[in-house]
Amino acid sequence: MPYIPHTPEDVAEMLQVIGADSIEQLFDEIPSALLAGPLTAVPPALCEMEVGRLLTERARSDGRALNFIGAGAYEHHIPAPVWAIATRGEFYSAYTPYQAEASQGTLQLIYEYQSMISQLTGMEVANASLYDGASALAEASLMAVRANRGSTSRRILVPRSVNPTYLAVAQAIAGNQELVFESVDFDHRSGRLDVAALAPFAGQDIAALVVQSPNFFGVLEEVDALTDWAHANKALLIAVVNPLSLAVLKAPGEWGDAAGGVRGADICCGEGQPLGVPLASGGPYFGFMTTRMQYVRQMPGRVVGRTLDAAGRPGFTLTLQAREQHIRRGKATSNICTNQGLTVTAATIYMSLLGATGLERVAAACMQRTRELVAALTAIPGVSLAFGGPRFHEVLLRLDRPAGPVLAALAAQGILGGIDVSSRYPELQNALLTCATETRTDADIASYAQALAAILAVDLQGAA
Amino acid sequence: MSDIPADLRYTTSHEWLRLLPDGQVEIGITQHAQEALGDLVFIDVPAAGRSVRAGEACAVVESVKAASDIYSPVDGTVVEGNPAVAASPELVNTDPYGAGWLMRIRPQAPAASLLDADGYARLLADAG
Repeated sequence: MPYIPHTPEDVAEMLQVIGADSIEQLFDEIPSALLAGPLTAVPPALCEMEVGRLLTERARSDGRALNFIGAGAYEHHIPAPVWAIATRGEFYSAYTPYQAEASQGTLQLIYEYQSMISQLTGMEVANASLYDGASALAEASLMAVRANRGSTSRRILVPRSVNPTYLAVAQAIAGNQELVFESVDFDHRSGRLDVAALAPFAGQDIAALVVQSPNFFGVLEEVDALTDWAHANKALLIAVVNPLSLAVLKAPGEWGDAAGGVRGADICCGEGQPLGVPLASGGPYFGFMTTRMQYVRQMPGRVVGRTLDAAGRPGFTLTLQAREQHIRRGKATSNICTNQGLTVTAATIYMSLLGATGLERVAAACMQRTRELVAALTAIPGVSLAFGGPRFHEVLLRLDRPAGPVLAALAAQGILGGIDVSSRYPELQNALLTCATETRTDADIASYAQALAAILAVDLQGAA
Repeated sequence: MSDIPADLRYTTSHEWLRLLPDGQVEIGITQHAQEALGDLVFIDVPAAGRSVRAGEACAVVESVKAASDIYSPVDGTVVEGNPAVAASPELVNTDPYGAGWLMRIRPQAPAASLLDADGYARLLADAG
């Protein structure tokens, strides 16, 4: 029996009812340039043994490069119990189940996750997660436009120090919903947004200001001044943060000056990958989102609450569902509201195992390793720090030549040295974004420094 | 038969409208609508000063498992959203034509095509 239940007759009948000639015709609106051609790298049907062998070979050909790339996804040590527990049958699902209340264990886990991420970000309420950090920023922007009662604007200010991929995704998702993302340049000495750069926007009707800290260059933004500026100008403050950094940095819920009126970010979001999710060709990761209780009805995504059943026993339930698409349809707070159940399960276990002290030790170790990496690399002639601002565990270095060929030469030696940011920042032609987490050893850093020194020295002699 | 006061005007989407002596209109949802929605848990009323067009969604009433938009029956400017229902949504269940009003609007022009009490009663009878 075929797995696809529609017979050719069923298909023909359905096409006739809707007035289409073929199934292909239903996809006519997709520009032909976007359609995938023949998938030449995918062989015809293979048996399980052959597939296993092929994939093992391909994985081996990826090598075991020494990784200093961050830029939004970070290599951390994941204690073995994390995935041993997350992959138990009871947890092994990507979704909140239908008839969710029948799965009390899953709901309790999400409730614990929401509690932890709320505490970490210093905010009042969290959802059950979103797709990833970039789409979380898109959702936060849409949410800010709905939630900001003091504004009728659909303008969102986004500093150029925000991860450019996040902005591109937010533009793709929310641009067609008439949101306008307006760029604000960063200060090229410190690598962070100078609050003075916002002066031209003062007094204008703006829905929200986005502040990412640590920003794309790893630099810590002046979050207090920026939060106060947003609130003084009746804009909401969207904080984009690395959750691991919050083990050592001030929580977004405490940004800004209480004396100036409202304290803290209004919406906080980001990429949850650093909390126990492995790098895996870009995903699946998960996005998180927290906010003030007063905005909870504008927040997208599922929310689990703790309650009492008819017999007075504690239990867990989905709550505030009237925001969601199965009830509100096209007017739901979001129609991309799948949460990332499995990776959230891993993150919850990761946070539980490490605790506040463990997270702080990981964050501190990352900062220490990055300091050592910076010291080793900037000792090489032709390498210097691009920006002077304080940082977390990532750094932009300035080379004496374009970064692309240097990175290619490093990769040939099995070292992923970072990323070349020039395609996104034309003015940063000779800049290299690099990062060291707690997984990098003294020997790793020495290998990188040695290889980079050799590459730069040889090239200099070649040029001379 | 639902309670349908004779001094009000009605929409086919189950809002009622009361002309106030100062020319403003008060807007709420009917007895029939609140019964159909069940116990309300949240009401979002518009901010004062917002301009609305007839037919525009400008408030939301939410029960445990449903949420419905409330449409303005007139073009005009919101004078006030009822803070009492925002704090105590159950007022709409217990007193839909009184304390459970949702908003007051200063209309720009007289409302067109509203139903009187008989017309609204016929609408419910036909739908029933």
